Amino acid sequence: MDILIQNLLNGLQWGSFYALIALGYTLVYGVLLLINFAHGDIFMVGAYIAFFVATALLGFLDFAPWMVLALTVPLTMILTAGVGVTLERIAYRPLRRKGAHRLYVVITALMCGLILENGNLALLGASRKKFPELLDKVIYTFGNVSVTNLKIIVIFAAITVFLLLQFIVTKTKIGMAMRGISYDKFAIPLMGIPIDNVIVFTFVLGSGMAGLAGLLFAMSYPILEPYMGALIGWKAFIAAVVGGIGDIRGAFIGGFLLGFIEVGVVALFPSTFRDLFAFSILLVILWIKPTGLFGVAKTTKI
Amino acid sequence: MQKYSFNIGIWAMAAIVVAFSQFGALDLYIQSVIMFIGINIILSSSLNVVNGYMGEFSCGHAGFMCIGAYVSSVLSVMFFAQDKIFGAPILPPEMAPLGFPIIIIIAGLVSAVAGLIVAIPSFKTRGDYLAIITIAANYMVISAIENMDIIGGPRGFMGMKRVLNAMEDVIDIPWMMIWVILGTFASIWIIRRFVSSTYGKGIMSICQDEVAAEIMSVDTNKMKMAAFMLSSGLAGVAGALFAHVLGYVNPQSFNIMKSTECLVMVYLGGMGSLGGSILSAIFFTLMLEMLRFIIPAIDTGLHFLNLLPDSYHLSQVWKWVLIPLTLILLMQFRPEGIMGNKELPDLFPRLKKFYKFK
Repeated sequence: MDILIQNLLNGLQWGSFYALIALGYTLVYGVLLLINFAHGDIFMVGAYIAFFVATALLGFLDFAPWMVLALTVPLTMILTAGVGVTLERIAYRPLRRKGAHRLYVVITALMCGLILENGNLALLGASRKKFPELLDKVIYTFGNVSVTNLKIIVIFAAITVFLLLQFIVTKTKIGMAMRGISYDKFAIPLMGIPIDNVIVFTFVLGSGMAGLAGLLFAMSYPILEPYMGALIGWKAFIAAVVGGIGDIRGAFIGGFLLGFIEVGVVALFPSTFRDLFAFSILLVILWIKPTGLFGVAKTTKI
Repeated sequence: MQKYSFNIGIWAMAAIVVAFSQFGALDLYIQSVIMFIGINIILSSSLNVVNGYMGEFSCGHAGFMCIGAYVSSVLSVMFFAQDKIFGAPILPPEMAPLGFPIIIIIAGLVSAVAGLIVAIPSFKTRGDYLAIITIAANYMVISAIENMDIIGGPRGFMGMKRVLNAMEDVIDIPWMMIWVILGTFASIWIIRRFVSSTYGKGIMSICQDEVAAEIMSVDTNKMKMAAFMLSSGLAGVAGALFAHVLGYVNPQSFNIMKSTECLVMVYLGGMGSLGGSILSAIFFTLMLEMLRFIIPAIDTGLHFLNLLPDSYHLSQVWKWVLIPLTLILLMQFRPEGIMGNKELPDLFPRLKKFYKFK
């Protein structure tokens, strides 16, 4: 029983990262119908930005670690959002202006991800970076179950972000504009809605979440390497798809589902089976429900 | 005679390449580059069947290559070579030249059956979801092979060089070069015949409009299955040749990066254009090999001009920044690729005099 609860908590933490990244995927997809394959690498860039910001603050300003943390969170989110918006400006927007086929945008996104990964590797070298300790580890034990304060922060952050996004998309004006763009891209500009600004805002939100996820990930597993975003990005994307892409609840649930599956597999089988099981379960889910758990089947009119 | 000059020219070129490598006019490096060009041609043209002609987005091509590579390696080592795991060869090693093409065909068939993993979900899903399924299939294959300890798991599998040696003991000619050339010709021939047949036109109709194709009596499920199985089977053939050219396979050499290479080649060449696939495979492989020499040259040049700090050297990783950058620029300025849905004779009509195509 204790082991079960412990694994549940681990699954919650692992799922939180997936959920945070999957939310970014889903936001961009919901508005633009574009799979932003560079998103996993934006997460990686976020982790690196957090590393540089934190070391700079610790080195130059001699703050207390909690102050550094409080400053690092917004700075990382803003800078990572900047990276996401830059990608949108230089790579996606010209294509969108030309009215290019969706496939070309997807390929561009894939290639941007590769450039981010390998550019990072080429510029910073292959040596792994060690993330500084920003938070004093506090361990709460209930019986045989132990929880660190970081775990609680991660889970709490994922839930908060989810609620915030749900609020923005369903209750605010800009959220309404987002839903409008995803519904009909051609009629929305005619209604006087600045379509480019809304899309930029979407990228800001999504990349900001990825930056937050990168920071939390770097705090939980303090070794950074250029390819850390690739596999997690793919898997978060899979989580978003299992939930039904374009749906915020779906991304959230899908991320936690994938986290539970992976932690469960590692607890029961040798850890090398993790990817095999995760992807097989994904295939089965997509076989049964081709549009994901929350996805709506599109009907084509003839 | 004029009608056949193209075919004669191709075979003559192949014969010249084989003869040159036999008599040492081409060194081993150039030989291996030519072999990789052949393998890449198979990969890009087979991926073009799904991504170009059928208009789906498959990005797990290397997974099927991996299956072909492993199946063929295990079979050839089991049958024709002395090995620590599989023991003595089952057949006498003198039979290797006869058995090798059969092994390659078996590898292709096994990969084609594995293509069903992707083909069956593709009946219901399409677009982005299918892209995920192909990626998942790629990861699943790699993960499954890494968990099989009998064939080396993540450490890889070797011993194919001994099969090549067995072949060279029979007759001392560049066997691998011959097999790669034959495989390349065969796969291009198959794809060309397939997509220009009445049956294969169903694939292009799926690309245009699936619903309309279904109404016009194209059995779309069967067509998708045929396209995916053909594509993955030929990828398996390419993988089998790749494994025997290198003499060593490792599951991680067939990961998403390899799939991305295939995608780059297809979109560089142009979707739905066989000639484009061939040209882009040649161009891409040569570019990769040239960057091997160009990057250090640029590095020394920049250091000479004092533009770079002494501690920093341009590494070969920059290759993987330049290649995606090429593709991004391509997508911005010429998204349809080099050829863009046309074959060479469409661009140069006079070429039609030189080949006969029934």
